[in-house]
Amino acid sequence: MFTILHLAIIAPFLAAVLVPLLYKFIPRIHTGWFVLIVPIILFSYFLSYLPDVSGTGSVMKTFEWIPSLGVNYIAYVDGLGLLFALLITGIGALVVLYSIYYLDKHKEQLNNFYTYLLLFMGAMLGLTLSDNLIVLYTFWEITSISSFLLISYWYTKEKSRYGALKSLLITVMGGFALLVGFVLIASVTGTYSIRGILDASDQLADSPLFLPAMLLILLGAFTKSAQFPFHIWLPDAMEAPTPVSAYLHSATMVKAGIYLVARMTPLFAVSAYWFWLVTGFGLLTLIWGSLSAIRQTDLKGILAYSTVSQLGMILSMLGAGAAALHYDSVDNNAYTMAVAAAIFHLINHATYKGSLFMMVGAIDHETGTRDIRRLGGLMTLMPISFTIAVIGSFSMAGLPPFNGFLSKEMFFMSMVEIAHFPQYSVDSIGILLPIVAWTASVFTFVYCMMLVFRTFTGKIQKEKLPTKPHEAPFGMLLSPLILVALVVFIGFFPNTLVPTIIEPAMASIMPELAQTGSFGVDIYFWHGFTPELFMTVGVVLLGTAIFLALQKWNKMHAVFPENRLFNQAYNRSLEGLDRSSHALMSWHMTGLVRDYFIYIFSFTVVLLLFSLFGTGAFTIDVENMVPVSPYEAVLSLVLVGSSLILMFTRSRLKAVIALGVLGYTVALFFVLFRAPDLALTQLTIETVSVTLFLLCFYHFPQIFDALKETKFHAVNFVISVTVGLTVTLIGLSASGTRLFPAISDYFLENSYKEAGGNNVVNVILVDFRGFDTLLEILVLGIASLGVYSLIKLRLAGGENK
Amino acid sequence: MEIIMSILAGFLFTVGLYLILTKNLIRIIIGSSVLSHGAHLLLLTMAGLKTGAPPLLGLEADTYVDPLPQALILTAIVISFGVTSFILVLGYRTYKVTGAAETDQLRGTDTDE
Repeated sequence: MFTILHLAIIAPFLAAVLVPLLYKFIPRIHTGWFVLIVPIILFSYFLSYLPDVSGTGSVMKTFEWIPSLGVNYIAYVDGLGLLFALLITGIGALVVLYSIYYLDKHKEQLNNFYTYLLLFMGAMLGLTLSDNLIVLYTFWEITSISSFLLISYWYTKEKSRYGALKSLLITVMGGFALLVGFVLIASVTGTYSIRGILDASDQLADSPLFLPAMLLILLGAFTKSAQFPFHIWLPDAMEAPTPVSAYLHSATMVKAGIYLVARMTPLFAVSAYWFWLVTGFGLLTLIWGSLSAIRQTDLKGILAYSTVSQLGMILSMLGAGAAALHYDSVDNNAYTMAVAAAIFHLINHATYKGSLFMMVGAIDHETGTRDIRRLGGLMTLMPISFTIAVIGSFSMAGLPPFNGFLSKEMFFMSMVEIAHFPQYSVDSIGILLPIVAWTASVFTFVYCMMLVFRTFTGKIQKEKLPTKPHEAPFGMLLSPLILVALVVFIGFFPNTLVPTIIEPAMASIMPELAQTGSFGVDIYFWHGFTPELFMTVGVVLLGTAIFLALQKWNKMHAVFPENRLFNQAYNRSLEGLDRSSHALMSWHMTGLVRDYFIYIFSFTVVLLLFSLFGTGAFTIDVENMVPVSPYEAVLSLVLVGSSLILMFTRSRLKAVIALGVLGYTVALFFVLFRAPDLALTQLTIETVSVTLFLLCFYHFPQIFDALKETKFHAVNFVISVTVGLTVTLIGLSASGTRLFPAISDYFLENSYKEAGGNNVVNVILVDFRGFDTLLEILVLGIASLGVYSLIKLRLAGGENK
Repeated sequence: MEIIMSILAGFLFTVGLYLILTKNLIRIIIGSSVLSHGAHLLLLTMAGLKTGAPPLLGLEADTYVDPLPQALILTAIVISFGVTSFILVLGYRTYKVTGAAETDQLRGTDTDE
């Protein structure tokens, strides 16, 4: 049944249809104001689901989409899905509000922008609230496409197009892997429903397809969530307008991969590969991203790499949380805390990173540049932006009293805990996990400081700025202010989120554990003098030292391999693909009709012979055959003779005459084989054909001159003979096979009764199969029209011969 | 006789295809004509030869040959005539406009706009 929930999910799509109309007919009002209504209503609507999903609750509504294939549109709202739905609509509303001030209604093509944005919003909602893997995959690809469209929004810029294509190619490649992974899972479990698959997880774990399916799905998730080494698309995606970067490439779309990993955790967490791959790639991405971020000079570049790095961090926590599923109960299960930390950090990241992106957009908008080498000293000129930057960055750096501190502490805690995990030989190299986490956090601290102090302190360089800097309009600051207010609020009252959002989401990730009791998540600032606290102190101290000495560190950049390596790999493989496909195409697409015929006929022959002998259909039944009469023998010889003349003659007149002889011989065969109508038609047609050839010959004999050049072509000959042989074999087996009675009896019986005609062939043509004949006449009409116009038509400026 | 007719049809296919595979426009046109003759004979043969009287009910014979393939062939003859005449005139016009009577002279490249 189609419910309000389904309507809510597709509402953005419906609204997207209206956007161009609103843009066209109400140009005085910024289209964004109309669009804003959609996410606000949806956000309030999804808030009403909070009580339904608390604990282990969920809401499921089924709408049968393609029932015959078992593809249903099942909207499924549980803790995890609702968390994402709220993020998508909540951040979506703020981003739309921000974009109203960011995008000028006179200069920008708002209709495109908001259509794509709503498309994305709907796809993302569908992705996170679907129970069916195929539906999930479809929406997954729509998010890739809308991301492509939004990155290339300023499509006249070369870099936008490059970034858009790069993100599309990488994410769609992952999407394809994902599809294959889903199909593998479904082939084992026999269902596409996520619920059903989770119920059949034991079945999958024993299957040999378990590992391939897992790897393919991780490939999909890693490309989408910009994990190392697929992260290279995200920095280039920053060519998109800033609202898009804040929304898609930081808060929502890139978290689709995280969503998928979280969703699939109950299915795959039993595997050591899952633990090592998710945790390992997460940590690798974390440190790689933070190291790359401090080399950036573009503010958005820093944010892009920091997003890459933070996504890695969330993933590593989810990977570590998989360890929790090795225990039967929530009691004494410290690893559930890693999952709590992942979800908590996901929310926190959306708040502070969203505000930082919007802050950077405001700076870009008001100063005309995002280059930190040209910026500086904006503190007094843009005090509100400065406040946003300080809160956002300090939260990201993991400083109290903001929410980032809390989740960073939980992250350290879970990494320290996981180092003691007794399985998967964690004890041997497990100590590396907290060390990597800590090192990466130091660099995170450094780039957060860069973000604030390089932009807002120091000497202002007005001569380097394209425009005179001043504070951004209030509307542009409203959205980031709301977000930083959340940063502070969550920092002080983190436990308001625990029963409403975090624990229900944990229940979705660890459904079996959730049955055994409450997760008992309690988030607070002061844990006493724990290792986590000392780690944070160490981060701050070392981070400050590095930041102060950063100028000297620049030399390190030359030593440390840059992302150039992966970008080059991407560019090279793209060029290589381009070249090789061009080579392949020009090798077989020669532009010569002859070559195409050869492909077509070779393929036909292979297919026909294969099925003829492969299915054992080849039989010759000589019993019912008729004897050969002298007439027929003579006619056959004439037929062969005239064909041979046609094949090898160099004389134009001989060719035309031989063709005529051939046609008349066929007509005589028709007579012998009891087909008087065919014979009559053939005689008429052949006469007209020969006349036509002769006319052509008379009016333009030169065209026939080419016949004089003839050369025996062996390849063509072999192909023709093979085709001829195939035809012969098929003809023989057909006349020896009668699988079912012919329908001709029906025509013979009813011809006179129904149509009053004695000539059955005629009756079939004009009566039983009258439409065929009608269309045949149509074909003839078109042909004659073509012939007439080819002869008579002289286009203006055409040939004068 | 069915064997001979099958071979003949195959032979006509061979000749027709060989002509179509050449570069010469006139040969291609002739070849397509030959090919359709082969197809007609093949259809007729596959339906069974001389299994009765011609399908004219006025003859009041015991059995008649299958009328349906004949109807199909009749349609095919007319259509193939239409096609042959059309490509003949097309070739004629092509030669007049471009002066090319061979397909490889007509070959376009990707850079042609």
